Amino acid sequence: MTKKRTMNLNFGPQHPAAHGVLRLILELDGEVVEKIDPHIGLLHRGTEKLIEHKTYTQAVPYFDRLDYVAPMNQEHAFALAIEKLLNIEVPIRGQYIRVLFCEIGRILSHLLNVTTQALDVGALTPSLWGFEERETLMTFYERVSGSRLHANYFRPGGVHQDLPRGLSEDIILFCKNFPKVIDDLETLLTDNRIFKQRNVDIGVVTQQEALDHSFSGVMLRGSGVPWDLRKSQPYDCYQDFDFKIPVGKNGDCYDRYLCRMEEMRESIKIIKDCIGKMPSGPVRTIDGKITPPKKEDLKNSMEALIHHFKLFSEGFRVPEGEIYIPVEAPKGEFGVYLISDGSNKPYKCKIRAPGFSHLQSMDYLLKGHMLADVPAVLGSLDIVFGEVDR
Amino acid sequence: MSITVSDLERTVNSGLTTAIKKSEINYNQLFVYIDIEDLASTVLFLKTNNKCRFRQLIDITAVDYPQKEKRFKIIYLLLSHENNLRILININIEEKTLVPSITKIFPSANWMEREVFDMYGISFSNHPDLRRILTDYGFEGHPLRKDFPLTGHTEVRYSEDKKKVIYEPVKLDQQYRNFDFESPWEGTEYIKKEKKNETEEK
Repeated sequence: MTKKRTMNLNFGPQHPAAHGVLRLILELDGEVVEKIDPHIGLLHRGTEKLIEHKTYTQAVPYFDRLDYVAPMNQEHAFALAIEKLLNIEVPIRGQYIRVLFCEIGRILSHLLNVTTQALDVGALTPSLWGFEERETLMTFYERVSGSRLHANYFRPGGVHQDLPRGLSEDIILFCKNFPKVIDDLETLLTDNRIFKQRNVDIGVVTQQEALDHSFSGVMLRGSGVPWDLRKSQPYDCYQDFDFKIPVGKNGDCYDRYLCRMEEMRESIKIIKDCIGKMPSGPVRTIDGKITPPKKEDLKNSMEALIHHFKLFSEGFRVPEGEIYIPVEAPKGEFGVYLISDGSNKPYKCKIRAPGFSHLQSMDYLLKGHMLADVPAVLGSLDIVFGEVDR
Repeated sequence: MSITVSDLERTVNSGLTTAIKKSEINYNQLFVYIDIEDLASTVLFLKTNNKCRFRQLIDITAVDYPQKEKRFKIIYLLLSHENNLRILININIEEKTLVPSITKIFPSANWMEREVFDMYGISFSNHPDLRRILTDYGFEGHPLRKDFPLTGHTEVRYSEDKKKVIYEPVKLDQQYRNFDFESPWEGTEYIKKEKKNETEEK
């Protein structure tokens, strides 16, 4: 009688295929995975606690540091929640700029994910090509906000400042060239034999399982559930745009890859449309109790100076209330559950990160798969530890 | 086919007459207040009822109100794709209350309950694996409680003597300062009057 022996393997926390600091305790029977216990929290920074001690304006930058590959999408949820509680309208140009940059964020995130997923299964070139495009997109971030990653650009009531001169033309130029890059990436991956062998029928999620495990975004659509918050619960001005929601059939890693590729094309369409339709006007609400006065007024007006000082020391007060606001971030449903007690700081701010529930399903997704499939599935889950650990 | 929030409120109230203590609609989202004993039946009803179809659990979280007798409020967020509606279940509980786990109904509740346990110290009964999740191995305390200091209790550093990372009580060169910038000034009498008139007109 031979007794069945399982082997325990420690994967990470420092491993290039772990997409950050993830520690997996794998229980293996030969090369077959029997059980996975993900240990997370190695990047826990206490964001929610910190936000409770900061004014609403000071809390915005924390959202850049959650999912740091698509920072502005996170800020969007927080800004929307505050606006709802304050009951203020964002000027239409402000809304268009926010949509424009959310879609840029979506491309940023999908590019990183698709190319690193390919990297995890052995293809090096896509990541080199993808990162070049990401760099271009991040210069757009830089030109509008001053920094490549931690933008702090979306503010309650609109965006920080208007687009600099010439930026729209450059984004349009990018939109012209970028579909070619997607095509090139597709020639490398879509029909690639190795890529398909590693991804087709790996990590299959059925519709019911996707619902039970709280999946959202591409993870849900890859399994054939046509659900996108931009369409079903439109925020800002998403209802003005015409775009399609790519939906997968089999719910495997390969379908999720295809969905992401198609979503990038749709995003390009929205960006083009957005710049074409962009109205003129203010980019931020003109309510002086929320928006600080213009810099040039500070030199001439005492009241403006006082206002500016009060807004950046005391901040503004948000009326009492509780609200949950979700947005369709590139990785799925990113939500902010905000409780205000009427003061200038949030009483509680719970961040609902899509990656948290996706990562949780690792154990059930990979049971019975081979060890080599672990990075492939992990890659297609689209995990970023900034948001999982918070 | 799809129903509105007020329809949903009626459905939920008639389906769960005894359980629902209060329900209200804020910002087009339905908030219901129930007792802890009715949690499992309420969630199951919302998931399986043909009209409700809340088939996805979005999140579980808690809020700490140290001054209240029932210290914590635990919140369950559910989403129905078919009806395009959200519901927030609110339950007030005492510090020592044992909350029944809903992992049997929604498998994804597993980590969410672990997180609430880790952050607030609320325990769940019948949970398959109630461990800390986000904080460090061997961490003490529950960080999101209001009485937990922002700076924490311990800090880590690499000790050259012991050749390993060691934990020490937090030593700050300057104490964490929490400035109160809030202005107590609410405006002069005539502004208050005008504000009052405005709200009355509305």
